[in-house]
Amino acid sequence: MSTAVAPEDVVVEHEVVTQTSWRQRLVSGTFLVLLGLVTIWFLALSLPSGNEARLKMGATDALSVPDLVLPGRATALVLGVVIVLLGVYQLVRGCSRRAMPWLLAAAFVSFMVAFLCWVSARGDGRTLDLVGLLSNSIGLSVPLILGALAGVLCERSGVINVSIEGQMLAGAWAAALTGSVAGIYFGLVGAMVAGALMGVMLALFAIKYLVNQVVLGVVLNVFALGLTGFFYDAFMQPNADTLNNPGVLGQINIPLLSHIPVVGPLLFQANIVVYLTYVLIIVIDVWLFRTRWGLRTRAVGEHPKAADTVGIKVLGMRYRNVILGGAVAGLGGAYFTIGSVGAFAKNITSGQGFIALAALIFGRWSPRGAVAASLLFGFASALQTMLSINVPSIPSNLLAMLPYVATILAVAGLVGRVRAPAADGEPYVKG
Amino acid sequence: MSNTESDVAPASESSAPEPGAASDGAGPASTSLRETILVTALAFVSALAIGAVLIAIADPDTRAAASYFFAYPIDTFTAAGRAVGGAYLALFQGAIFNPTLAAKGTLTGYLYPLSETLVNATPLIVGGLSVGLAFRAGLFNIGGQGQIIIGAIFAGYVGFHWHLPAGIHVIAAILAGMLGGALWGGLAGWLKARAGAHEVITTIMLNYIAFFALAYLLSVKGFQAPPYGQAISNPVEHNAQLFPLFGSTMRVHAGLFVALLAAALTWWLLKYSRLGFRLRAVGANPFAARTAGMSVERSYTTVMLLAGALSGLAGVSQILGTNTQVTQDIDAGIGFDAITVALLGRANPIGIVFAGLLFGALHAGGTQMQSYTPIDLVAVIQSLIVLFIAAPAVIRAIFRIKTTGEGVGSELAKGWNG
Repeated sequence: MSTAVAPEDVVVEHEVVTQTSWRQRLVSGTFLVLLGLVTIWFLALSLPSGNEARLKMGATDALSVPDLVLPGRATALVLGVVIVLLGVYQLVRGCSRRAMPWLLAAAFVSFMVAFLCWVSARGDGRTLDLVGLLSNSIGLSVPLILGALAGVLCERSGVINVSIEGQMLAGAWAAALTGSVAGIYFGLVGAMVAGALMGVMLALFAIKYLVNQVVLGVVLNVFALGLTGFFYDAFMQPNADTLNNPGVLGQINIPLLSHIPVVGPLLFQANIVVYLTYVLIIVIDVWLFRTRWGLRTRAVGEHPKAADTVGIKVLGMRYRNVILGGAVAGLGGAYFTIGSVGAFAKNITSGQGFIALAALIFGRWSPRGAVAASLLFGFASALQTMLSINVPSIPSNLLAMLPYVATILAVAGLVGRVRAPAADGEPYVKG
Repeated sequence: MSNTESDVAPASESSAPEPGAASDGAGPASTSLRETILVTALAFVSALAIGAVLIAIADPDTRAAASYFFAYPIDTFTAAGRAVGGAYLALFQGAIFNPTLAAKGTLTGYLYPLSETLVNATPLIVGGLSVGLAFRAGLFNIGGQGQIIIGAIFAGYVGFHWHLPAGIHVIAAILAGMLGGALWGGLAGWLKARAGAHEVITTIMLNYIAFFALAYLLSVKGFQAPPYGQAISNPVEHNAQLFPLFGSTMRVHAGLFVALLAAALTWWLLKYSRLGFRLRAVGANPFAARTAGMSVERSYTTVMLLAGALSGLAGVSQILGTNTQVTQDIDAGIGFDAITVALLGRANPIGIVFAGLLFGALHAGGTQMQSYTPIDLVAVIQSLIVLFIAAPAVIRAIFRIKTTGEGVGSELAKGWNG
């Protein structure tokens, strides 16, 4: 953070940014080669050569799209070779740091398609509902995306948010209650207010009373769990018809867009929370990197003293971001009740807030990364459900572990060491 | 408790500088004991007061009386008083002493509520020690749940699959449980030491992995109890159980002594051993500790191994003492409750024993209180107590007292990068 920039510094900085380290190249390259060999050996070569893989591409109401039929063995073989080549390229040349996520994403998609071909072409030639799988993934991702975006807002301004879970739970609870009392769309408002109130508590204790923010987050989660459970038992369960019966948000079909084959049913036949999620992804990404507000937020999160020196109100920025973040997480919570099942139950978020936190870190505190990581986690959950139906021989509980194992591998350095905003978690005391 | 680490520690450690005022081993903050107790007591009272408001709101009679509050306000207050008094009396009777039970004149009648408190306190104490020990080395162990589950799986497996003579069997099962927890905790410590993976994330992820591992095991023959219809394990053999201390009418079991022994050993470890000194030094300032020649990385692995073993003991208490069969909810939320215990006890083993007893009493009494008000009130009270002691400035403002101490948890690393 020195102000005097010597020419050598610039060169060093340049190198660090664009080039991946040899160790990272070695690890990721070897991993990809092994993944490719696994694909070839266990997926492609275990299939009888004549079998076809049938992937259903249309949702239930759009039967016009024919099933995608692929030769199972050949497709898996080609994709396996592609993964090996990606790994070899990484070992020999090494891609730039910026291209690294794309490289891994390409390998991941190749592997998944090969895997789905294997599942479909394995024995009795069953048809896999690909669009169903993807739309489940998106459904499961929506609350994770909103939770992770809430984390982006808080942590980019320098306040650690471990209480995403509590904020979502409060949002889920308030959505069911206000949705039942005042009408379902007021439920969305109630959820955001409840999440924001949790955000106020986080901000107040973290910024004003300087409580350790990780500890605070954990305690606030217990608080939200206890309080929502208490009010659920005291009011909502005895009067379930009047206080816990908000209904489910209706599906809104976007004109024109919803008629696009495959993409339409996937993205544009959803409820309002999903559309708000699209909007928020774009808005937060643009806000954070293209506006004055975003620049100041990042400044406050990286170097509050410098920001203060140039006249940015550090604490004000942090309060605003944390409370806004709480509202976003609250909206994510609403998806659990009025967005899907239509009633509140104790601990309905069941730890999804922690997964959102992991997605935030996995996504390196950037909105796009957080969204990608959330989609990955959502996909993993949807895949697990699909496999437990289609491949009962694999215990579904072991499959359920995969996203968590992947997270550990990710934070342990598969995609390089993650770095949080420099002042994340540091309270700022003027003077 | 492994102390082998200290034997191979480099000699330069003994000449390392004292890590600040925290070196007395009694507590990380420099506040006086009197002040600590005062703040804790006031936090407890404040939390109970907020709890009382919640009870009154949740009470139908109070709400009915409140509808004509301005016409006749006394009614509201008497109804609220009755609701709050009834609930807190039940809390007391469930946790400490119940005159109705005592009227039977038997020993069980007198001691049953206390026995319930101790049963609840046992895993909370060891779990709290686990979190507290990691705190002292600057790590936040949220992985109690996973470590308890793996500990319970290991202890349970040895308990029902091995056939050993009385005495040896229970010790083998306890050690197995500690080993399981230590592996699970040590993994997080190793990941932090080797790859810089933040322990908060890895321990949360390991919680889920342990949860699904247990779900898988509960569907596997050999672990699952016949006739394989329910997700429940084989029962632990009698030889492997922690015997009840006052006969079969009361649930308090020998795990209590194990927990107190663990507390004493942890206290000794932190206060007198070379390893404990190294851990505290790393917790106080990892950079200074590294400069003084200590291996920060090895300390992280070691402390998480020990913390995991302690959490494993909580799993042992659950499976060999309180229950006899492993179920999906064998951890009973102790992993997260233990965090509040450690914070309330200020990461100090003696404080943790008292904090465990207090929260054990809240849990035992909460079960009794259920007929008056929802049991989730206990979680609210628990979190509020910790919130207030973590922010002593709030207590200072409410009660207009002078305190100088820092809040609980301030000794931890501040950010993800630390």
